[in-house]
Amino acid sequence: MEQKSNGVMGWIDARYPATVTWEKHLAKYYTPKNFNFWYFFGSLAFMVLVIQILSGVFLTMFYKPDTALAFQSVEMGIMRDVEWGWLIRYFHSTGASAFFIVVYLHMFRALLYGSYKKPRELIWIFGMLIFLALMAEGFMGYLLPWGQMSFWGAQVIINLVSAIPFVGEDLSIWVRGDFVIGDATLNRFFSLHVAAIPLILIGLIFAHIVALHQVGSNNPDGVEIKKNKDENGVPKDGIPFHPYYSVKDIVGVIVFLMFFSIVVFFMPEMFGYFLEHANFEPANPLKTPEHIAPVWYFTPYYSVLRAVPSIAGSAFPGVIAMGASIVILFFLPWLDRNPVKSIRYRAGWYKILLAIFVITFIILGVLGTLAPTDGRTLLAQICTAYYFAFFLLMPIYTKLEKNKPVPERVTMK
Amino acid sequence: MSADAVNNSKRRLLVAATSVVGAVGAGFVAVPFIKSWNPSAKALAAGAPVLADISKLEEGQMITVEWRGKPVYILNRTDESMKVLESDTDMLADANSDSSKQPEYCKNPGRSYDQHTKISVMEGVCTHLGCAPKYVPDLNNPFAGSLGDSWKGGFFCPCHGSIYDLSGRVYSSMPAPTNLPVPPYKYESDTVILIGQDGSNA
Repeated sequence: MEQKSNGVMGWIDARYPATVTWEKHLAKYYTPKNFNFWYFFGSLAFMVLVIQILSGVFLTMFYKPDTALAFQSVEMGIMRDVEWGWLIRYFHSTGASAFFIVVYLHMFRALLYGSYKKPRELIWIFGMLIFLALMAEGFMGYLLPWGQMSFWGAQVIINLVSAIPFVGEDLSIWVRGDFVIGDATLNRFFSLHVAAIPLILIGLIFAHIVALHQVGSNNPDGVEIKKNKDENGVPKDGIPFHPYYSVKDIVGVIVFLMFFSIVVFFMPEMFGYFLEHANFEPANPLKTPEHIAPVWYFTPYYSVLRAVPSIAGSAFPGVIAMGASIVILFFLPWLDRNPVKSIRYRAGWYKILLAIFVITFIILGVLGTLAPTDGRTLLAQICTAYYFAFFLLMPIYTKLEKNKPVPERVTMK
Repeated sequence: MSADAVNNSKRRLLVAATSVVGAVGAGFVAVPFIKSWNPSAKALAAGAPVLADISKLEEGQMITVEWRGKPVYILNRTDESMKVLESDTDMLADANSDSSKQPEYCKNPGRSYDQHTKISVMEGVCTHLGCAPKYVPDLNNPFAGSLGDSWKGGFFCPCHGSIYDLSGRVYSSMPAPTNLPVPPYKYESDTVILIGQDGSNA
């Protein structure tokens, strides 16, 4: 640790750990030199967060959280009257979907290279909490434009609460603040979306990064670079995050922004997936749209919900299954008993199982956007069964794997 | 024990007592915040009963009135429909409305008052996830789905495909577990219904 004794930095460092923090987390944070494509998504997620906060702060200046004014303030005010309001809103709506795309890819990276395994369990758990907070943020934000899909989507989800035995009915009235979704609901969702959850999100992201920097980054080979250090205590396979990866991540940011701009400028609705068409109609509590589908990032779990039939006159089992499909992810570090982290050195058949998992997840997502038929429900049930089997049988099958030898040092393929 | 020695057990007691008092205080302070989420006085007042005039409701027609923000369907059924209600009981999940929500005076096949059997009043809120089922009066409907020709009209939920009969009774193996709820209501006169207040079948 280098301590400047004089100059402006010296004066600051005596009062605030500026240089120490800079070095610990950037200039002397040693990162494996073999990062590949999958390692862009952490920094991209952070950048999308910045886009969301910036555009969200400005949308809040023009939005009115009142059932009589909300739809008008978005579709008339922000989209047409406010100068560049449409662009700021499309940044925010596209950013919401981009956030989930980036986070899903970021999570898939962890699956590929075993980044959730010892000693990184807490990084994974903080990450899962971020994912939960993000889902809450997305759900509550979707109510704010007060369109038909805002209203009816929220209706379906809040009614999940009332499926809870005994207390469900009272609990759902408490959540809504009324007997129906109304002004009270809109106002509290606005408050949570704009203030409470972003604060929680930032706190969790801080903890996620602190935990990461405590144990160091994993890499595509899944070998610990801290095991091989030179005489100065620097990992032989590590390079400082700044400038090496900070510069590399800028390339990722530019490529990402290219795709982001294409969506924002040419297809902000993304064919009804990012902004559903029914949402261009103001909310009408007396008229259900022909077809209600959540936004695409919730559809896999929504499919799980629908795949479970009601048992003994209660829709509760479906709600449990949906909750379990997310909760089970928290336990991943302990379900996977294979000591080898990277998929590169795991059994070939595990790769196939993981590939099928990805396919079933995508199928569940697609089914969640479609109206149910007998055939689709059956397919959703099969995919749901595989989803749970993939995780619940993990403690058994990961012990049976024949691993390939893991190298001592990272490779550069 | 010397004067400056640390009495650990006394310290632990003080720490525990302080923590407990703090936790109880935090619990009390949480109450106003949690209770602020209950329906406000205004929302409770808006939940008061509403009147519906059914003098112009022809047979086979349905009107929707709003009560507590929920659509309440008032349906005037034909004699033919009333016969269907007797014949479809085998296909229903809860034909006798045992596990469904309705006032005691409407727990019958028509789910209506004995004096006004043909008038059905029910909440248009699917018991699956709260969507508003659509009224499908005719037999040749595009939604019959798994029921095919044996469905003689009723309600179809566009969200997840639950099908109800003309009394709002759900068919077997639908996503919805129970029949459409019947709200408390009473007849102010033969043509005026007060929704939200109990009457009796006497």
